[in-house]
Amino acid sequence: MSGAPLVRFEGVTKRYGALTAVDGVSLDIAEGEFFALLGPSGCGKTTLMRMLAGFTRPDAGRILLNGADIAGLPPHRRPSSMMFQTYALFPHLSVEKNIGFGLKQQGWDKARAAARVEEMLALVRLEGLNVRKPGQLSGGQAQRVALARALAPGPAILLLDEPLAALDRKLREETQLELKSIQRRLGVTFMIVTHDQDEAMVVADRIAVMKDGKIAQVGPPREVYERPASRYVAEFLGEANIFPATPVGGAGWTLVRPERMTLSAAATPGALAGEVAEIAYFGDRTRYVVRRSEGRPLLVSRANDGAPPPLAVGDRAWVSFAPEAAVALPA
Amino acid sequence: MRRAWWVIALPYAWLAVFFALPFLLVAKLSLSHTVLAMPPYAPQLDGSKGLAGVGAFVHALNLDTYVRLTRDRLYIVAYLSSLRFAAIATAILLAIGYPIAYGMSRFGPGARQALLMAVILPFWTSFLIRIYAWIAILKPAGFLNQALAVLHIAPLSLLNTDAAVVIGLVYAYLPFMVLPLYAVLERQDESLIEAAQDLGCTPLQAFWRVTFPLSWPGVAAGALLCFIPMVGEFVIPDLLGGSDTLMLGRIIWTEFFADRDWPAASAVAIVLLGTLLIPIALFQRQQAPLLERPGTPP
Repeated sequence: MSGAPLVRFEGVTKRYGALTAVDGVSLDIAEGEFFALLGPSGCGKTTLMRMLAGFTRPDAGRILLNGADIAGLPPHRRPSSMMFQTYALFPHLSVEKNIGFGLKQQGWDKARAAARVEEMLALVRLEGLNVRKPGQLSGGQAQRVALARALAPGPAILLLDEPLAALDRKLREETQLELKSIQRRLGVTFMIVTHDQDEAMVVADRIAVMKDGKIAQVGPPREVYERPASRYVAEFLGEANIFPATPVGGAGWTLVRPERMTLSAAATPGALAGEVAEIAYFGDRTRYVVRRSEGRPLLVSRANDGAPPPLAVGDRAWVSFAPEAAVALPA
Repeated sequence: MRRAWWVIALPYAWLAVFFALPFLLVAKLSLSHTVLAMPPYAPQLDGSKGLAGVGAFVHALNLDTYVRLTRDRLYIVAYLSSLRFAAIATAILLAIGYPIAYGMSRFGPGARQALLMAVILPFWTSFLIRIYAWIAILKPAGFLNQALAVLHIAPLSLLNTDAAVVIGLVYAYLPFMVLPLYAVLERQDESLIEAAQDLGCTPLQAFWRVTFPLSWPGVAAGALLCFIPMVGEFVIPDLLGGSDTLMLGRIIWTEFFADRDWPAASAVAIVLLGTLLIPIALFQRQQAPLLERPGTPP
């Protein structure tokens, strides 16, 4: 990151009664970045986003936009746009009136607003659906209209609250790539809230993993996945083999990702011996669960490269990994 | 399949017996003419003469009574006056009922139940007693003027005026305005308001651009639910209105019981019903697309 951040959270805290939903969060988001807030439900990610949109007021801390504190600004005066999880399309208005809603509010003249609506419809590939009502749209179409409506007024930052949660898997994966390409084309800063680690890793430039109202780690997807800062992050993102003690024998844990493990049917020196308890076939890869006489079962992931499966359930197996595959985690 | 058949037939049978049949009787009466006899109208259907009797009966029916209605200024004035009373009271009901319903819908679920109960509670007292109570409030030495005297304001003589009728109508019909409005406002999705504010609306603008248009079915339902019976209202103008308060309900009563002019009373009732069908039909046509819910996920 270079220069001043677009958004800066400074020690932001929000309490609901005895529950601290957001606990002293400090975070910078750069201009033009696709940023993901990732965490399980109830971790405070949505509350953090709603404080940026202005729907929730922080109890402590500051939120700066382009260096200016926006605490006093009501939602309608903030330059952010939100795409709601339920889309929140206005059911009494047509698609074009939904998309033009913010433009009318900003006082755009009719011809310019109409051109902008067409531009947005083209962006989300919904040309010709201008006069449809939200009730006549499919889930995927409604999702695109919501995106177009939020982008139309040209927000400084687009906030996406679990935007793809309601779509089926195939459509969701396509839409993730499309979101990313739209973000890159427009250069607008996107901030997405999601509980789906794959989604966060596919779309985001940087991910903030949250736990109990705090930021557990911030970084690019590769860093957060391959060099997690804690056992929590390691286990939340993807599958993990966790061994007691660090690789050099210190206090803490050792992480080895399943795809960094090697599986062998023959005894290898230094390998961990066990028995194949389960085999799950995913198409592109196969996951083996190897049960040992002691300790947690090991997860091994093998790319399906056309070679016949080396082992069957019940076979003796030896699992090994290269020293550089082991990541030390603090206790 | 048989069960499905009578499930549909039952409401239709109900409508036939309790609406269509009385309606036909009244329609037939309106085509008769008065005679000094018992019952006080002719022709009577003579079943003993078979088809010839039916022919003579139908032949004797005519539209004379309706022609008479259009010639008598009293009916036209009373008709317009009734519509005016109902329109004024409906406007006031909307102005009072909407904020009440809106306020109720903003409370938590527990408080909402209590408020809903408060709206319905007056129904537990007889309608007639509640209207009589307004006589006690509005009469020259009534509660209203006693209260005004304490505040050193000159007394008002409201009882037996058109204003008293409007007050009575608004009071009696308020729940019928509040309940349908509350029903649409209560289920409105809060995130729609947030979306409107996010797109640049002040809370007031969000109300006018989103909340109000979406509550239109409730506005229409409440307005019709009040307007229609108010046009034909009899008790309230009779008890609270003056001798010169003209409303169709009173005309119908007078024609039936004082003048024994059953055909005229029936014709007035038929014209009233005919007029009220127009807003009902318009409402039904409008409501279908408005009540459609969007295909948004939960």
